[in-house]
Amino acid sequence: MTQAQDSEPESLRTVQVWRGDATGGAFAEYRVPARPRQTILDLVTWIQRHIDPGLSYRYACRVGMCGTCAMTVNGRPRWTCRTLLGTVAGEGTLRIAPLAHLPVIKDLACDMAAFFDKWRRAEGRFHGIDSVEPEIAVVSPSSPERQAADAGIECIGCGVCYAACDVVGWNPEYLGPAALNRAWTLANDVRDRAGVARLKAVAGDAGCHACHSHQSCADHCPKHLNPTRGIAGLKRLAARAALKGEI
Amino acid sequence: MTGRAEALLWLAQRASAAVLGFCVLVHLATIVLAVQGGLSAAEILARTQASLAWAAFYAVFVLAVAVHAPIGLRTIAREWLGWRGRSLELTTLAAGIALAILGWRAVAGVVLG
Amino acid sequence: MSAVGFAARRRGAGVWAFLVHRLSGLALALFLPLHFWALGQAIQGEAALDGFLRWADRPLVKLAEWALVVLLAAHLAGGLRLLAVEFLPWSDRQKTWIALGAGFSLLAGLVFLLNLL
Repeated sequence: MTQAQDSEPESLRTVQVWRGDATGGAFAEYRVPARPRQTILDLVTWIQRHIDPGLSYRYACRVGMCGTCAMTVNGRPRWTCRTLLGTVAGEGTLRIAPLAHLPVIKDLACDMAAFFDKWRRAEGRFHGIDSVEPEIAVVSPSSPERQAADAGIECIGCGVCYAACDVVGWNPEYLGPAALNRAWTLANDVRDRAGVARLKAVAGDAGCHACHSHQSCADHCPKHLNPTRGIAGLKRLAARAALKGEI
Repeated sequence: MTGRAEALLWLAQRASAAVLGFCVLVHLATIVLAVQGGLSAAEILARTQASLAWAAFYAVFVLAVAVHAPIGLRTIAREWLGWRGRSLELTTLAAGIALAILGWRAVAGVVLG
Repeated sequence: MSAVGFAARRRGAGVWAFLVHRLSGLALALFLPLHFWALGQAIQGEAALDGFLRWADRPLVKLAEWALVVLLAAHLAGGLRLLAVEFLPWSDRQKTWIALGAGFSLLAGLVFLLNLL
């Protein structure tokens, strides 16, 4: 390593990492050489490479595109690949745990199945017509529907909002911010044909009407999306459909 | 309860909240003015007795609160007590009717009494 | 086992706004029947209502009344915040709303208290 790259001083830091599986576990403490501008994912990888090869965690792209490396870092769900040690821990202790509200497989890796099952239950997929579209749909980028869809479309399904949501913690049946945000973007897709079926799927006390507007999802979303806004939109759409007797 | 019923309850809660938003502002202002120099029945009744405007205001206020409060209590019962099903829906309805009757009785009291 | 136990999360302002809204709403809903019953005394004439008001003219009841006024103001502010969140094309951060709500309820409480003294 050259002197220029070495401009930030490296120091030994205490890192607590949750170790265990579905039956239980505890925090283990490691001493890790680290710089303030290193990512949390770097430190977890260092522990696996140099201290315990048995440490389980999940990542793929390392650059904030795939959404697989989310963990609880000092009490907040975050992408570990885009979180710097200096911004979350300062000079203090770093504490890394798996995402909340999801079953642990091992150590820092959660089972995301329940999370993605809820996308399906919320009709979080595009329903086109069965045959080939007779003509290419023309969707103006400036139309209100497209703008509403665009505002929520960048979700990569990392589960940070789901782990941040209090209502998910209180009501395990609740579809959660990510699935409802997806449903909202599709409800605003003028080509989609599942309007009423989707509103049926998302209405009720396990769906959009369970949301308390705490906005923890919006506070934590690494893409700066605002699922609360989409969920509010679904509440209004569902209420309108209920008044008309459609759902 | 169906998603449709939940959606309609949500809407009723918000619509009544909008009415209450106005009513509570008036109510708070009235409280602040009324407590100056202490409360007396004569003072309250002098304002409300035979006043059509106050009667209408309080009648609407009571109706909005009789819709709003039971729906809120129902949500709390579901989320914090885990109470669900027909017994809860009937209790919610009964609470709304009871609140409306009690409230309108009080309005009649201060307007006609 | 879910990760709730060990992944103790920090909570944002929205959660506190929710708790204040829920607890104030609960207290107000429980107080309402009493309030209606007391005013309903007027049906039996001015004297009956005055009798109740005289009973209520003691420090502990005054304190409870002051608390209820603050709760009413807080619930109003929280409700306006919720309506804004759900019905207005609002900006992403509503901490301003929450701060305004807290300030408004405090103000209402103080005004009421000042008039009492």
